[in-house]
Amino acid sequence: MKPTASPFALTRNGFGRLVLTDAEGLAHEGIVPVRAFGITAPDYGISLMSADGKELQWLETLDVLPADIRSLIVAELAQREFVPEIRRIVSVSSYATPSTWQVDTDRGTTALILKSEDDIRRLRGRDNAGALMIADSQGIHFLIRDRLALDAHSQKILKRFL
Amino acid sequence: MIEPDTLPEAWQSELRACLAPDEQLIAWLELDLDDHLDFRPGLVALTDRRLIATGENDTSWKTWRLTAGLKLAHHDHAGVGTLELEDEQGRLALWRYTLGHSPAALRFEREFVRQRDSVASGQPPLPAPAAICPICQMQLQPDEEDCPNCFRELHTPPSTWTLLRIWRFAKPYQGQLIAGFLLTLAATAATLVPPYLTMPLMDDVLIPYQNGTPIDPNKVAWLLGGLLGSALLAWALNWARTYILALVSERIGADLRTTTYEHLLKLSHEYFGGKRTGDLLARIGSETDRINVFLSLHLLDFATDVLMIVMTSAILFSINPWLALVTLTPLPIIAWMIHLVRDKLRTGFEQIDRVWAEVTSVLADTIPGVRVVKAFAQEAREAQRFREANKRNLEVNDRLNRIWSLFAPTVGLLTEIGILVVWAFGIWLVSKDQITVGVLIAFLAYISRFYTRLDSMSRIISVTQKAAAGAKRIFDILDHVSSVPEPVNPVTLPPLKGGIDIDKVSFRYGNRAVLHEIELAIAPGEMIGLVGHSGSGKSTLVNLICRFYDVTEGAIRVEGTDLRSVAIADYRRNIGLVLQEPFLFFGTIAENIAYGKPDATRAEIVASARAAHAHEFILRQPHGYDSLVGERGQSLSGGERQRISIARALLIDPRILILDEATSAVDTETEFEIQSALNNLIRGRTTIAIAHRLSTLRRADRLVVMDRGRIVEIGNHETLMASEGAYWRLYQAQTKQLDAPPALGENGSSP
Ligand SMILES: Nc1ncnc2c1ncn2[C@@H]1O[C@H](COP(=O)(O)OP(=O)(O)OP(=O)(O)O)[C@@H](O)[C@H]1O
Ligand SMILES: [Mg+2]
Repeated sequence: MKPTASPFALTRNGFGRLVLTDAEGLAHEGIVPVRAFGITAPDYGISLMSADGKELQWLETLDVLPADIRSLIVAELAQREFVPEIRRIVSVSSYATPSTWQVDTDRGTTALILKSEDDIRRLRGRDNAGALMIADSQGIHFLIRDRLALDAHSQKILKRFL
Repeated sequence: MIEPDTLPEAWQSELRACLAPDEQLIAWLELDLDDHLDFRPGLVALTDRRLIATGENDTSWKTWRLTAGLKLAHHDHAGVGTLELEDEQGRLALWRYTLGHSPAALRFEREFVRQRDSVASGQPPLPAPAAICPICQMQLQPDEEDCPNCFRELHTPPSTWTLLRIWRFAKPYQGQLIAGFLLTLAATAATLVPPYLTMPLMDDVLIPYQNGTPIDPNKVAWLLGGLLGSALLAWALNWARTYILALVSERIGADLRTTTYEHLLKLSHEYFGGKRTGDLLARIGSETDRINVFLSLHLLDFATDVLMIVMTSAILFSINPWLALVTLTPLPIIAWMIHLVRDKLRTGFEQIDRVWAEVTSVLADTIPGVRVVKAFAQEAREAQRFREANKRNLEVNDRLNRIWSLFAPTVGLLTEIGILVVWAFGIWLVSKDQITVGVLIAFLAYISRFYTRLDSMSRIISVTQKAAAGAKRIFDILDHVSSVPEPVNPVTLPPLKGGIDIDKVSFRYGNRAVLHEIELAIAPGEMIGLVGHSGSGKSTLVNLICRFYDVTEGAIRVEGTDLRSVAIADYRRNIGLVLQEPFLFFGTIAENIAYGKPDATRAEIVASARAAHAHEFILRQPHGYDSLVGERGQSLSGGERQRISIARALLIDPRILILDEATSAVDTETEFEIQSALNNLIRGRTTIAIAHRLSTLRRADRLVVMDRGRIVEIGNHETLMASEGAYWRLYQAQTKQLDAPPALGENGSSP
């Protein structure tokens, strides 16, 4: 797809907030880009929401946008997305919950507290059969993209909770 | 003031190097995320004159002088908290942390505001207000970071010691328990007599006979009589102790169950909001039962086994210490091997538990939602889901059964080997004339009892763990402090006139702010109409007035008394509430109407049903007021259910009547009839009515328009229409909707 002229303008102001100027020339401050399918299809469907939660622009894909606007959106998304992906489970404090897990993630090592086994959810869908979503006690969601691709040690630990 | 010494060690020396000699450190906030949202420790510190923070790389520190224009704001999203530093020109810095640090961040922000204002005004800072736990609203000690109540629940894994806490429930039955223990002791002793008697039977009767001495019938009679007697005695004692202890443990279980349920009912909406129904059902139902079985069966068996082993060892040693030693040496080895296998089994049993939960959760999902399943013709898919859950169940079971089927024969084999060792050593001792044949036979009789018990003893480990996990889950409930606590010294309420004073009330669900500084004084007998978009916080405000939740900031007062200082049940007796989702209990219509006042007369029930315009349709039911309504009131229509719940609210003759979308599901004509009937009833009562259909609220003395958690307009219909504000827009939208229904769907298309 070829980038086309966009029907809106997007800039970042001195307070670090995104400002969208729509076709009528109205400026909206504090734009929040949101992925519609954060886990299963991150690249399909991105919505630009106003600070008070109204959708201002629906973008099926970012590919059609001019490069500067796209990079602003991508940068803002990166600032908001926080789903550490677990690469390795180093150790767990106990096999009974609540249990503290020491994990290596793509964002560095950390500890998470699993309140109950119910907080581990299998993601359904065609492309992510082995994917798990783990909600820790703070409400952070950790992702295991493919539990069968983890190393044997991690898998063995994980099995005790599944 | 906080001394630099109490800082996390990693930062101490570096930070101290940054400080001027007379500079005072006031507060700090540990960060665990960096700008790119990677896990990396960082620090923001506040001194009496500036902010200091770690920068991009560990060594550089950045500082900002405190000035009047400096602002610190926090917000959070998806588990990440952000603290932003701004002045009039723009953003200066941004720090991130996971939500675990959120209370600390809030505290840091408060300290910052105090310090900044003091620097700006030149006055010393105001004294700090006492910190309050954001979850349970308890006042924290100055040195406490987290509320000890709310934090403990999260972080302690179940330990076997939790089981000891059951003692609280066992205490009332102390006497029976002691009796039971003594009986156990006696019964065990009695079962140990028969093997002992085999010794004289062998040595004094049978072997002498083989050597040519005739049998002495008297002696045989004595010995056989002894065997029979001890068997009978053991039978009687065992019966008595099993009966007594089963009785006691059943009662302990029942006490545990009712106490837990009573406590559960006292917990707040918040608690129920965060729990799954199935989980709570399981805790109170099957977990208490599991503990019960543990106490009455496993613990008892275990105690018996231990007693038996101790007593047997004593007897064996008293007969022949050497043989006893050899007999007992394989014991630990066998115990250890059994334990190994058990370990494997345990993980398997855990898995089965979980898979089983999955099977039930498919049921729990689909049976209440069966109408949706059928409506969308998804029976096949749900059946498939169930089949898959069952398949997983089979797989896990198959795997377990492979080990399990090996287990019993293995224990058997180990027992045989143990006995073999005793045989071998015993024969050697007999050949050396160290012991008699009778002693050897007695040993063998003892030992075979012994080994078979090892199996059941090894089981105790896993059942104890299970019971401990169950006990923990129950004490989780029992230890939970309601987030709307009963006051310690409740104020007795005077008869209410119905005035409610809402004073600068803000409210959060967890970290999410839903209401902001609501100010509203409701006069006694006034009818207030609450309107606003869906999600604007109307039901939330009503929840606060009913004290289902406690306000985060501000106060709600009735008759000048803060709601938090009156006994909850006392206060709620004054409130008639009709909920957005009417709930009917399984029972007759009359029972449902009289729920809040079980001793209501039939005449009262009929009167309130008439007022709610429910009378006629109730009479059309097969048994009138005695017709059964099913679970979730399925035999009634939505509007009929609403009218029953209005009747229920009216019956208790409340001073304050709260109608949350009470008539949303009835047709306009019926609504009009209910309205006119309510009109008489509303008179003299404070009424708060929520409705999306604005025509419902025509009679309201004042309309309160809410938008995103704030009150945006107050006034009656005419003045609000005249001012052409938010209410006017809502009203226009509704009347326009009647004229020309808008097209379906949003009109946002891709560029
Ligand atoms: N238990 C809860 N936990 C977290 N957020 C909640 C909870 N209950 C409600 N909310 C949120 O609080 C906001 C206000 O909800 P509330 O139920 O008060 O809205 P309302 O005005 O009654 O809407 P409606 O007209 O649709 O009934 C909503 O955004 C909702 O998502
Ligand atoms: Mg509502």
